[in-house]
Amino acid sequence: MTEHRIKIVEKILNANDRLANANRQRLDQSSTYSINLMASPGAGKTSFILATIHALLDENIQIGVIEGDTAPVTIDSDKINAAGMPAVQVNTGGECHLDAVMVENALDQLALDDLDLLVVENVGNLICPAAFKLGTHSNILIASVPEGDDKPYKYPNIYRGLDVLIINKVDLLPYIDFDMNYFRQGVEILNPGLTTFAVSCKTGEGIEGWLDWLKAKLT
Amino acid sequence: MHELSVTESVLDIACKHAKKAQASKVTDIHLVIGRLSSIVDDSVEFYWNVISKGTLCEDAKLHFKRIPAELVCLECGEKYTLDQELTPCPSCGSARIRVLSGDEFNLESIEITKESND
Repeated sequence: MTEHRIKIVEKILNANDRLANANRQRLDQSSTYSINLMASPGAGKTSFILATIHALLDENIQIGVIEGDTAPVTIDSDKINAAGMPAVQVNTGGECHLDAVMVENALDQLALDDLDLLVVENVGNLICPAAFKLGTHSNILIASVPEGDDKPYKYPNIYRGLDVLIINKVDLLPYIDFDMNYFRQGVEILNPGLTTFAVSCKTGEGIEGWLDWLKAKLT
Repeated sequence: MHELSVTESVLDIACKHAKKAQASKVTDIHLVIGRLSSIVDDSVEFYWNVISKGTLCEDAKLHFKRIPAELVCLECGEKYTLDQELTPCPSCGSARIRVLSGDEFNLESIEITKESND
């Protein structure tokens, strides 16, 4: 019997990262721009996707959606289908995030060549989705103002990997205590110069700026 | 958090390397976790005891090494480590900072025993 120490130094999520890279290649091949949309539960992920779909109806842009949920429900994908776009519902079986394997399986169910844009709606959670790459082109977080202005300080990881931040429900600002300067300072520490759009999916305020950003990515 | 999927990855990687080295048993596993990786040790241990049963890694002890997050101020170049909460640069007060390290989540090494005749 002999004892040995073997040096490894391997990233624990290496397998997921490799699959994420493969997903990205598929999306690149079909020229589908893809977004990993993250937020806490109730921040307005599905409303934001629907607002985007409706605003782009006349633009001849085909949008597909992957809906991640921890329970076997089709509430969100039904809403997307009702808006006339294809959606795949992924039940994570209790897992608190989507990972690259789940997205790979969902990609098989979509006609990628027909899609200009793919939105992956992650499970509502500010912690776990930050650790698992999916292979999408950009990471976007929706922070809604009723959640409070301290979220960047409490959930730093998710803010660090972002390409775009959407501040949603700004129509509620007059009614709640939300210090925008404090919030933005927290974001600035984690992700200097982050592209940010303050919107209300309910009133449509601020959506134009987001659409301009998105359309620039799709051309 | 997502400790179950993380623990499964640890087991996969450890077993892969143990087999390659023709180990008869894995006794210790050394993990390095950065301050910004939100992993709960107790939860990983709990899953570990369940999923490592019947594998080369059964009864292997997990060792967690926590390393601090390092930040650098983009205004004045001051380097400092993240303690509890995110804070602006302690030297000049700027909020323009970049995280240098703290994301680590690696399997650093394993200790194994081998039946050997040499």
